[in-house]
Amino acid sequence: MSVANRPVHRPLSPHLQIYKPQLTSTLSILHRATGIALSVGALYLATWVIYAAASPKAYALFQSFNMSIAGRIVLGGWLFCAFYHLCNGIRHLFWDAGYGFELKDAYRSGWIVVAVSLIATVVSWVVGLRLV
Amino acid sequence: MSDLRTPLARARGLGSARDGLHHWWAQRLTAVALIPLVVWFAISLVMLSGADYGVARAWIGSPLVMVLLILTITVGLHHGQLGLQVVIEDYVHGDGKKLALIMAVRFIAVIFGLAATVAILRIGFGG
Repeated sequence: MSVANRPVHRPLSPHLQIYKPQLTSTLSILHRATGIALSVGALYLATWVIYAAASPKAYALFQSFNMSIAGRIVLGGWLFCAFYHLCNGIRHLFWDAGYGFELKDAYRSGWIVVAVSLIATVVSWVVGLRLV
Repeated sequence: MSDLRTPLARARGLGSARDGLHHWWAQRLTAVALIPLVVWFAISLVMLSGADYGVARAWIGSPLVMVLLILTITVGLHHGQLGLQVVIEDYVHGDGKKLALIMAVRFIAVIFGLAATVAILRIGFGG
């Protein structure tokens, strides 16, 4: 067995489930999760314009799914993911520029992200459902 | 002697990933571009709730919307592809699997981006 492959018996850092959930870590993983969801959602929205270009029948099929309960959850979920990832992404850009690293600031900006993305989501759902 | 890198490595400026700042910078650039685009698109999507075939096509096919929509979809897919690459690099182990997944993500992003662009142009220019 080469030196590189020999098992290492060092203490490991505690795993994720050991830590108490914090706002900062929760928002961090949520940024990733919503990013993955939005990537899949982007394919869904690309499919929307492709179906609109294809034929009235194809579009009607797509629209009937959008109007179903599952479709509304997908679209409503997309809006939440978009607003959250947008708000938290702006928070990340401020960090990239070197601002807001103090613990107090990180928590304050975190709560602002939660508030703004939830308000935007609720407003968009209410307006969207009224128009349907 | 705090820097252990060779002068050549420092001059190249590519770092341990051999990719330099390109990925990081492209992710930020697309992020900034997407701020106004996503706000516009989210509002439009809500206002189009329940839109039928004719309304949706009339909206997609207007010149300003065509430009903004193509930008939103292609820049969004590019940003998503860059982000998914990092997720894959973090969580998928084994070089072969990692490479295959990153390639698949890129191919899918390009195919859907191109197909959506063609669809939007087709609606706008008729046919």
